[in-house]
Amino acid sequence: MEENIVTLTIDGETVKAKKGTTILQAAKQAGIDIPTLCFLKDINEVGDCRMCIVEVEGRRGFATSCIQTVEEGMVVHTHTPNVLEARRTVLDLIISNHAKDCLTCTRSGNCELQTLATKFNVLHVEYPGEMTKHKIDDKSPALVRDFNKCILCRRCVATCKNVQGIGAIDCINRGFESCISTVGDHSLNDVNCTFCGQCIEACPTGALHEKETIKEAWAKLKDPDTYVIAQTAPSIRVALGEEFGMEIGTNVEGKMVTALKRLGFNKVFDTNTGADFTIMEEANEFVERFKKVNELPMMTSCCPGWVRYIEENYPELLPHLSSCKSPHQMFGALIKSYYAKKENIDPNKIYVISIMPCVAKKFEAIRPEMQTQGLYDVDNVITTRELSRMIKQANIEFTKLEDSKFDVPMGEATGAAAIFGTTGGVMEAALRTAQDILTGEDLEKIEFKAVRGGKGIKKATVNIAGKEIKVVAASGLKNARTILEEIKSGKADYQFVEIMACPGGCIMGGGQPIKSAKTRSEVDVRKLRANALYSIDEKSTIRKSHENPILQKIYKDYLGKPGGELAHKLLHTHYEKREKYNFET
Amino acid sequence: MKTLEEIHIIRENKRRELDLRVNTKADTREKHILVCHGTGCTSSKSPEILENFRRILKEKNIKNVRVIKTGCFGLCAKGPIVIIRPEDTFYAMVTPEDCEEIIDTHIVKGEIVERLLCKDIDGKKVKALDELNFYKKQKRIALKNCGVINPEDIDEYIAFNGYKALEKVLKEMTPEEVVDVVSKSGLRGRGGAGFPTGKKWELTKSAKGEQKYVVCNADEGDPGAFMDRSILEGDPHTVLEAMTIAGFTIGANKGYIYVRAEYPIAVKRLDIAIKQARDYGLLGKNIFDSGFDFDIEIRLGAGAFVCGEETALLESIEGKRGQPRVKPPYPANAGLWGKPTLINNVETYANITQIILNGFEWYSSIGTEKSKGTKVFALGGNVNNIGLVEVPMGTTLREIVYDIGGGIPNGRDFKAAQTGGPSGGCIPKEHLDTPIDYESLKEIGSMMGSGGLIVMDDTKCMVSLAKFYLEFTVSESCGKCTPCRIGTKRMLEILERLCNGEGEESDIYRLETLAKNIQKASICGLGQSAPNPVISTLNYFREEFKEHAIDKACRTAECKALAKIGIDEEKCKGCGLCQKHCPVNAIIGEGRDKRRIDQSLCIKCGTCIATCPFHAIV
Repeated sequence: MEENIVTLTIDGETVKAKKGTTILQAAKQAGIDIPTLCFLKDINEVGDCRMCIVEVEGRRGFATSCIQTVEEGMVVHTHTPNVLEARRTVLDLIISNHAKDCLTCTRSGNCELQTLATKFNVLHVEYPGEMTKHKIDDKSPALVRDFNKCILCRRCVATCKNVQGIGAIDCINRGFESCISTVGDHSLNDVNCTFCGQCIEACPTGALHEKETIKEAWAKLKDPDTYVIAQTAPSIRVALGEEFGMEIGTNVEGKMVTALKRLGFNKVFDTNTGADFTIMEEANEFVERFKKVNELPMMTSCCPGWVRYIEENYPELLPHLSSCKSPHQMFGALIKSYYAKKENIDPNKIYVISIMPCVAKKFEAIRPEMQTQGLYDVDNVITTRELSRMIKQANIEFTKLEDSKFDVPMGEATGAAAIFGTTGGVMEAALRTAQDILTGEDLEKIEFKAVRGGKGIKKATVNIAGKEIKVVAASGLKNARTILEEIKSGKADYQFVEIMACPGGCIMGGGQPIKSAKTRSEVDVRKLRANALYSIDEKSTIRKSHENPILQKIYKDYLGKPGGELAHKLLHTHYEKREKYNFET
Repeated sequence: MKTLEEIHIIRENKRRELDLRVNTKADTREKHILVCHGTGCTSSKSPEILENFRRILKEKNIKNVRVIKTGCFGLCAKGPIVIIRPEDTFYAMVTPEDCEEIIDTHIVKGEIVERLLCKDIDGKKVKALDELNFYKKQKRIALKNCGVINPEDIDEYIAFNGYKALEKVLKEMTPEEVVDVVSKSGLRGRGGAGFPTGKKWELTKSAKGEQKYVVCNADEGDPGAFMDRSILEGDPHTVLEAMTIAGFTIGANKGYIYVRAEYPIAVKRLDIAIKQARDYGLLGKNIFDSGFDFDIEIRLGAGAFVCGEETALLESIEGKRGQPRVKPPYPANAGLWGKPTLINNVETYANITQIILNGFEWYSSIGTEKSKGTKVFALGGNVNNIGLVEVPMGTTLREIVYDIGGGIPNGRDFKAAQTGGPSGGCIPKEHLDTPIDYESLKEIGSMMGSGGLIVMDDTKCMVSLAKFYLEFTVSESCGKCTPCRIGTKRMLEILERLCNGEGEESDIYRLETLAKNIQKASICGLGQSAPNPVISTLNYFREEFKEHAIDKACRTAECKALAKIGIDEEKCKGCGLCQKHCPVNAIIGEGRDKRRIDQSLCIKCGTCIATCPFHAIV
């Protein structure tokens, strides 16, 4: 017998598992499912909720299967009447202090508590009593906290603290009065929250959700005087289908465009086109900075959570941040300038709705510097989830839709733009263009696999035009901190840094379809969605941003040179030091 | 720094000097006036008493009399306590104004101040501490030095064999031998759970790890319990010495004492003791030239009950929110900052030096088969002698309540006693003769706990009692796990409903379901034991719960919403005392008539019940 393998019995089945495996994992391997609530694989393994308790022969009390590890000869029972009664009691107790307004809850149908209540056939409140009351915090433009629905699983706390390294939220008060809050119980808007929205993805209930702006979208769609344009981020198309029961990682671009047209948008454009512009500008900026060594490393700026993070935490490094706006902001600016002029539409009447995998984009879009001639580049940002709700409200049978294509001329994009949605993608796309600029050739080597994959920090040295370029792509803000500290302390000499706030990049953004803890522990959601993006890239005929004919035409007819005066006015921005905490003490 | 020889000399000289503290026949012309400076007596002006004695002695130019502050004598109900040695005269409830008379009469004239003598339960005035029934059945091991030495003077501790056990361990014993002695002594954790101390030392000793820690749990949180506080206030060095011995045994050179900030006197005396021990080289580098280093730091707790739970305590020392960890792993393997850590409670440590010095045979000869040694109890509630008592394991509850505690005041009947505080259970009358040890208490549905012992007379409502303890656990739950956070709250709400006459029979079933599952599903001892008061009261006093739920009645006056106070005609003698005291004139009757209560006027305050000399009102 191998030394690090133990044999145990779970529900009568003999199971072999590696030493250090939790009872929960070992059971899963054996095809035995144990219910959980507070458990979030690799992120929150604390045993607070007590749903995953099991009986272990010879042990006093229950074992906490999400934490406690297997032992040789262990005999585990996962659903004895005693265990079931205790789990039921725990569930009854959680329900007794949970707002029971499922009909009007954004997570109805996708709520882990509701799923358990259904499994246990909870038909009444067994232990009615006082309920903790919390004010709803909806001050921020990005997220809403309704802690009347919080079950204190602390998945959000662990995500914010351990994954993102922020710690904007933690438990305050004690006992029954315990609740998750911020420093001084202030709004998320006024504390060190970056609006990444990962807490929403972690929440099993409706206690955390995006600030929904569908109503405004419907109002504009209804108004005959408004020209409503949709633009969709690269990673929407590989996730939206999930909201309609399709498999994770299905590319639904065609159906998505059809749905948007049915919803009444005047035009449906692709943010990927905007992404090509971003690469064009960013690669040029990089080449310029590369010539003047002291301006390196250059850091990407397309992620608004990351931008807010560096503004709040490392203002001294802001000069390294690319001045490029993010793709949808560039694209919005081009729609309201170039496109409006070309189509002879009054830009004041154009209403641009960006459909994004992100809640921080809601904040980005209203940053005062994101305006051109008094008009915001983007008027409304809705998330993948919100779009799915609009489609459902319109009673469109999404899975049965025919495919259609984005509208011209702003719907044509390259494979380089498609991979923007995953960590390492912006870097790879930029390198494809940068190497052609630096060498003056049309190089065939376009895949930079060292910056692909799910690792939080991916370092590589690439050779371009005989020069070694040190690059790093990091996703997740805790990893971002590691890189920034390396740079600050002079331990690293990267030339190009790509950072995305969400672990895995935009495909795993805070506005994407929420996956249950169970799904997250069984399936590599990131990989499936990322593969779908790489597949789009592979199938594209044009895979370098600078070769996008629309882009070339717009530069030629309208913008002039990349990094030129007009390009700068429309497509670039600036940053400033931002206070982490905005309240009187 | 003192050499071993210097310590020996201090011990010898000081012991001779302090013989009068323990020997009534001591050959001396000196007198020591001992003034209790425990928390209770301190708050009743004992520092002022001490100052008055010193001032008056100086003014009257009286020599050969020293005034000493000591730790707690135990009989807190009679404080402030002053004892004069060597004759061992015991003065109770002394005021600062009494000092002059004590000096003039006792010190100068050699006569006893009769009026300040303590009256025993039988009404007899006693002269000496040992004559009191309160002390007769006690055996003091953990409290050995409390009330004998000045806790702020290391020399006094050394005089009574202080640091001799440490010397023996460092000079003559191996860690294995120490573990062996502690194991064979049969000492078990005095924090409440009763885990064998020797086994704990062995587990931590054999745990792998370069860095290990010794922790003293002084986060005594049970309402009404003050055993650990008294030990720290009266004899802090015994804890320091035992922790050092533990450090040597398990291979640790750093110790932490986690003590609540609400114990300022204990903290101050610990602080003084640590400084003095460092000055003497009894803490620090190369103790007794043995090559062994050990030091101790104090960590203050903010008063959360849950921090008495060992893993929550560790979290708190680490600077985090005081919340328990899921066990296993146990602290012996992964404790403070993940390192092997030995955690014992104050009273457990307070037994160690005596076991080392007197041998395991001596210690294990005291107590019962599975529970050895003594246990300190904080005796409170409806009992005459409120205070701190240390008795051999196996002493019956009856002996503690009646012989030591002097019985129930006002001639009332014993109804139940609660051991183990909010984590324990109640013991009814039929179990009064249960010998108190870990096993037998568990058998009757209670637990040893850390030593709170609250006696209740027959005017107490047991549903209210359960409610009282649940109120405590609800406010002290840390909020980490669901069963404790929400479950205890729901239990309390049900109990409140029952006491308010809003309950129903099914509530009893709900209580039982909740209790059973909270016990089994909670993470830590707080949640696991929180339902105990409910379970045990339900077990022994189920009828009362039913009366509350179904008949909407409380047989005592405690549940105001339910109480129906009536006068037993057979017992009423028509004295009219109740009528005199009734604040709302609800009692009818004249002269020697038997009285009646006008229920429409009665506010159920219970004054009449308490005043009736014939127990005719219920």
